[in-house]
Amino acid sequence: MSEKQPSVLSRRGALGAGGAALIALVVRPAHATTQTMHEAIQHFTGGAAVKPGRVTMDIPPLVENGNSVPLTITVDSPMTEADFVRAIAVFNERNPQPNVGTFHLNARSGRAFVSTRIRLGDSQIITAIAQMSDGSLWSGTAELVVTLPACVEN
Amino acid sequence: MARALINVPPKAKRGEVIEIKTLISHPMETGYRPKGDGSFYPRDIIHKFVCTLNGEEIFRADLYPAIAANPFISFTTVARESGLLMFSWIDDRGEAQMESAKLVVE
Repeated sequence: MSEKQPSVLSRRGALGAGGAALIALVVRPAHATTQTMHEAIQHFTGGAAVKPGRVTMDIPPLVENGNSVPLTITVDSPMTEADFVRAIAVFNERNPQPNVGTFHLNARSGRAFVSTRIRLGDSQIITAIAQMSDGSLWSGTAELVVTLPACVEN
Repeated sequence: MARALINVPPKAKRGEVIEIKTLISHPMETGYRPKGDGSFYPRDIIHKFVCTLNGEEIFRADLYPAIAANPFISFTTVARESGLLMFSWIDDRGEAQMESAKLVVE
């Protein structure tokens, strides 16, 4: 019995390792997932707590062409030397990469405002996170439907 | 390198918040577009945009492949003094395109 034990364990170990390898192969995402988006957000926030609110995203709820989607973000902030928005980062959950863009503002920006055009690979929820000068983090989300996603044409 | 459009108000009052709009022609190749033979077109995007006024940074952006081709970026700043606005876009090949515009504050 005591002689058999190691071989049983090693077979189990081998099966376990094989299974883990298989799972790693299967779950390797071709697209960003909610999980990778959360990892990207963690990287931006440094693990600090994010409170919902103060961030407004202006993006059409129904997008015909995902190759160019107008996105405007405003943050409720006085934008004074004492209290201003340091950065606004935008994340998505269904494009190949979770990051969309990070915009660095300062006290002389006047308004916490940024506008750009983005690509969307699928219907999804977009998240924007604003980092204030006092270090607090606020988030806003927008859910949208894309009828013709980006990255499908050759 | 490419054609860039910059829209700055011709004149601004001191203390006024002005909006600066920029557009540059660039394919923003994501690296995920298939060539048809199993390979992909290599990634080539503008990953950094910086705007300075008289040498002082007033706006900066880190861009990713999810930014649409011909990146349009619009932002605001408080018009405090007249001067030269410098815009630079830096792409994956390390090429930077510089453009300038005058800001007149009265």
